[in-house]
Amino acid sequence: MNLPVEPDSTAKLPLEFTDNHESLKILGFWSFLATDLLLFASLFAVYAVYQSRVGMQGPSPDQLFKLGPAVVETLLLLTSSFTCGLAVYQMRRNHKRGTIIWLAVTLLLGVGFVTTEVREFVSYIAMGDSWHHSAFLSAFFTLVGTHGAHVTFGILWAITLIIQLMGRGLTTVTTRKMYMFALYWHFLDIIWVFIFTVVYLSGKI
Amino acid sequence: MSFKRSKRAIRFIFMALAIGLSVSGCGNDFVLLHPAGPVAASELNLIEITAATMIVIILIVWVLFGIALVRFRDTPGNKAPYRPLWDHNKKLELGVIAVSVVAAVIIAVPTWNKTFALAHVPKGKSPIVIDVTSLDWKWLFEYPSQHIATVNYIDVPTNRPVLFELTADSPMNTFWVPQLGGMEYTMPSEVLPLWLEASKPGLYWGRSGNFSGSGFVHMTFNVHAVPASTFNAWVRNVKTTQPKMTMADYRQLLKFNWIAPRYYSAYPAATFPAETHGFTLEGGMYMEMQPTPK
Amino acid sequence: MSSLLALLFPPSTTRNMELSADVLIILASAAIIFYLTRWHRWKYLWREWLTTVDHKKIGIMYLIAAVTMLFRGGTDALLLRAQLAVPNNHLLGPLHYDEIFTTHGTIMIFFMAMPLIFAMFNIAIPLMIGSRDVAFPRLNAISFWLFAFAAFLFNISFVIGGSPNAGWTAYPPLTELAFNPGVGQNYYLMALVVTGLGTTATGINFLVTILRMRAPGMTLMRMPMFAWTTLVTSVLILFAFPPLTVAMVLTLFDRLFGTAFFTIGRGGMPMMYVNLFWLFGHPEVYILVLPSFGIFSEVVATFSRKKLFGYSTMVYSVLAITFLSYGTWVHHFFTMGAGAAVNVFFGLSTILIAIPTGIKIFNWIFTMWNGRIKMTVAMMWALAFIPTFVVGGATGVMLGAVPGDYQFHNSYFLIAHFHNVIIGGTVFGLMSGVYYWWPKVTGRLLNERQGKWAFWLFFLGFWLTFMPQYALGFMGMTRRMYTYSHGFGWSSLNLISTIGAFVMGAGFVVMVYNFVWSQIHGEIDVTGDPWNGRTLEWSTPSPAPEYNFARIPVVTDRDAWWAMKQEQKTNVVQIKPQEITDIELPKSSGIPFLMGLSFFVFSVGMVFSWWWIAGAGFLGFVVCMLVGTFDYDDHKEVPRQEIQNTESAFGRLQG
Repeated sequence: MNLPVEPDSTAKLPLEFTDNHESLKILGFWSFLATDLLLFASLFAVYAVYQSRVGMQGPSPDQLFKLGPAVVETLLLLTSSFTCGLAVYQMRRNHKRGTIIWLAVTLLLGVGFVTTEVREFVSYIAMGDSWHHSAFLSAFFTLVGTHGAHVTFGILWAITLIIQLMGRGLTTVTTRKMYMFALYWHFLDIIWVFIFTVVYLSGKI
Repeated sequence: MSFKRSKRAIRFIFMALAIGLSVSGCGNDFVLLHPAGPVAASELNLIEITAATMIVIILIVWVLFGIALVRFRDTPGNKAPYRPLWDHNKKLELGVIAVSVVAAVIIAVPTWNKTFALAHVPKGKSPIVIDVTSLDWKWLFEYPSQHIATVNYIDVPTNRPVLFELTADSPMNTFWVPQLGGMEYTMPSEVLPLWLEASKPGLYWGRSGNFSGSGFVHMTFNVHAVPASTFNAWVRNVKTTQPKMTMADYRQLLKFNWIAPRYYSAYPAATFPAETHGFTLEGGMYMEMQPTPK
Repeated sequence: MSSLLALLFPPSTTRNMELSADVLIILASAAIIFYLTRWHRWKYLWREWLTTVDHKKIGIMYLIAAVTMLFRGGTDALLLRAQLAVPNNHLLGPLHYDEIFTTHGTIMIFFMAMPLIFAMFNIAIPLMIGSRDVAFPRLNAISFWLFAFAAFLFNISFVIGGSPNAGWTAYPPLTELAFNPGVGQNYYLMALVVTGLGTTATGINFLVTILRMRAPGMTLMRMPMFAWTTLVTSVLILFAFPPLTVAMVLTLFDRLFGTAFFTIGRGGMPMMYVNLFWLFGHPEVYILVLPSFGIFSEVVATFSRKKLFGYSTMVYSVLAITFLSYGTWVHHFFTMGAGAAVNVFFGLSTILIAIPTGIKIFNWIFTMWNGRIKMTVAMMWALAFIPTFVVGGATGVMLGAVPGDYQFHNSYFLIAHFHNVIIGGTVFGLMSGVYYWWPKVTGRLLNERQGKWAFWLFFLGFWLTFMPQYALGFMGMTRRMYTYSHGFGWSSLNLISTIGAFVMGAGFVVMVYNFVWSQIHGEIDVTGDPWNGRTLEWSTPSPAPEYNFARIPVVTDRDAWWAMKQEQKTNVVQIKPQEITDIELPKSSGIPFLMGLSFFVFSVGMVFSWWWIAGAGFLGFVVCMLVGTFDYDDHKEVPRQEIQNTESAFGRLQG
């Protein structure tokens, strides 16, 4: 990731890469995503081993999951990833208003995702299938819940970003933050694709 | 350091070793060096191979290090060559790699062979099975063929493999009888097999090798290896003179305490898992489980 | 009220030793508060230390914290050894002994070795690669305060609520509520999670610093060896700590919220924890030892006045170790029934990883070869490493040979082995680094005569302590036994081991005396280059100014400063008055300290299940994040004139 910093080439770089300090932070954020990926990998490994360990009477993945909410969550999050891409596109075109609008849409879709997920969790718990019951349920709630907590954090982050974008416009700092947020959001999207496949789809088979 | 001084140092080291060995009972207490069965003997053999190879490496390093230290000291009038830019030598580096690889191969080959060899009870020998459950803080032994149970003590026949099936109704422990062979974990809701064999009669101590709480230090037991006829007599004796174990007795054993050896002429089947996670224990494997053919 | 008291001071802790520790802590705190108030030092402490983001000061704070923790962990060790000195001893009861071996191990690994490594990173790396600071100075301070508050949290368990008592590996189900009620284990889990976050941030920080902030001309293959090992250590940290965090958090969920990850029944699987823990644990071994390998490479080359032998082989060895260290974790539990094929695979990978390590040892010897060896204390620690570590490595290979491990597992042979590599490798290396870089951060040289006393006591004490333990392994003594009886033949060797431990303790005392004495009376380092060094940190004055380099040096060779001295071009690090410009530096900030404090409050709440306190701590964290993200005023300019004054005071202006 050694980016050229000669003056003639910086002109072609996106704004967030032009400042040396700011571009360092992007590399740092990539490293953070790498370690976060390992965190999810560990949780996936736990889930993969535990999905058959359903205890004495606890439900199996097949009995527990309802695909409806999971599909809705998937659609919401995939769409939000697309709108997040649009926000970065507007940022690259130096459109402050467009960036903020698409970011706000992303945020709202994220809120929709978290709400659906919470309702899904509540419905399971209402049926008596809380995470106390079996190793499988513990692993399920922890893996999916960790992802949900990440999305919730992303929503708060997006709010602070919108405030900063409105106040300061598109500067090297705000574009860098926006770019990092987009990386984070796409990352969560990819994790969700794995959750949907490994947890919900393979659970239903 | 002069040559004379280093010679004295070597003599000193040997003296220290000799004293150390003699004060600790002339080596009889070094249980790992006195195997009483084929498993422990095979493991000792590998330990000897690795130790010998490693001692050669250690000596090479120590000697080279010593020479470098003596020859290239920054003292006035040192006539040894000084070449501040000497930073590589292909032959030397390849030589080092070659030595390391050779040492690794010398160790790797017997490691491979022995690990696989020890994974099975030798063919043609039918083992006697003992089900082992580690409890807080005691060992429960059950003989499924003889239908007797003991606590903190077992009799085994000599020259016949013993297949221990290990589980726990407590935190993890390891089952270890050093003179018969290496250890294996006991874990709740898992059953791990381990085979050992005593080739000469004797009393061998065993203990837990994994910390499991404040009473763990007391998790010791004795293995009494006796000829087959004596073993059968012992079983008959236990069967006729000792009480039966009930579930209530078993629950008493679950209490956090340590107790003297006990003997039972029968035990309830529910105290040991019959099957776990699709594995059966019929394979006679050592440290490996055979999936059930369905 | 009485139930609260019972929670804070459970029956098991109301013993004389804890009470005296309580009194001592209260007295010491009162003395510190009195001193700070009496001499109006609060403001100074806050401005210069608690809020600093300067990597050199953070390095010093890590150093102080690590030495303090070495004292605590060492005291634990001496208590353990005193208990084991004679058979059937009842100096400590089993409850107390279990707590002490747990805190000994945990503190030594996470709160002594790790911060001492980070002290070396912070003190040396930016100066070594010709940089003005690390990539993320504020994150660096956050890392430190997370570690510091985690260490504090872990240590107060001794006096409030009870210490953890399940060993530093904390295998469930022993750590589950059914077998381990009380809050001690919660302390362990929270402290490790919090310090793990800080460590991960340090990993990110130094990875980016080394990849992106090297002086012009310093290509990767011109980096000092210590920079290389720091780089790969950072990568190892990023990949090793997530499994640990997961293992800790899942255990915490089991204890606090009644989940079923590692319980007996409900499908829990203790083996999962063991895998996760060692997926972290094995790379951690290399996280501990690789920085020391880097330090040896610097120190041995410097004091042999010679280039490092086989630089590129060393680099590839380090990379090979990094890669292989993820493929060896099962060797910590060959005896858990993984099966012959799996065991053989991990046994062979363990033997394989010994090859690059062996190559490195030979290369250090060849670095001495044809050189001119100068016996400073720093060099003595480095030299002591070679004959010591090779024994530890060799016994490691013996443990890697699978059927051998069946006999050695959890015995004193294993204890001797890992102390042999961690003390003989990590600690000797870090001590070498401390003596080597001390003048660079403090401006004073450590007294050599005292240093040699400390070295010889510690070194001989080490051999006396741990060689008998190998023999005890052959005699069947297993780890974590609080006592043993006559008749096994263990008595005399245990006594020798205990005597050795106290000799090591004496070495530590002399070393601390050496530090304090030298800080007051030590020779002042006026040159900035007391050892005739080879790398860039020795081109700066001691201690280096806040901005490190007035002029960033251009590197043309591997041993950059050595080359400049050889070519009589040392003036290139000096700056002409007319060339001086303002230097932008990160501004001090209270956020890192407050963030550490928030995590501390949060952790206390979690430990005792006081949710409102945990909530308050979490809120504090959120507020710190918000303030941080809206704080654009995080840089300051060091004005031209100030730089000129500083440089001319050092006599380092050109012309």
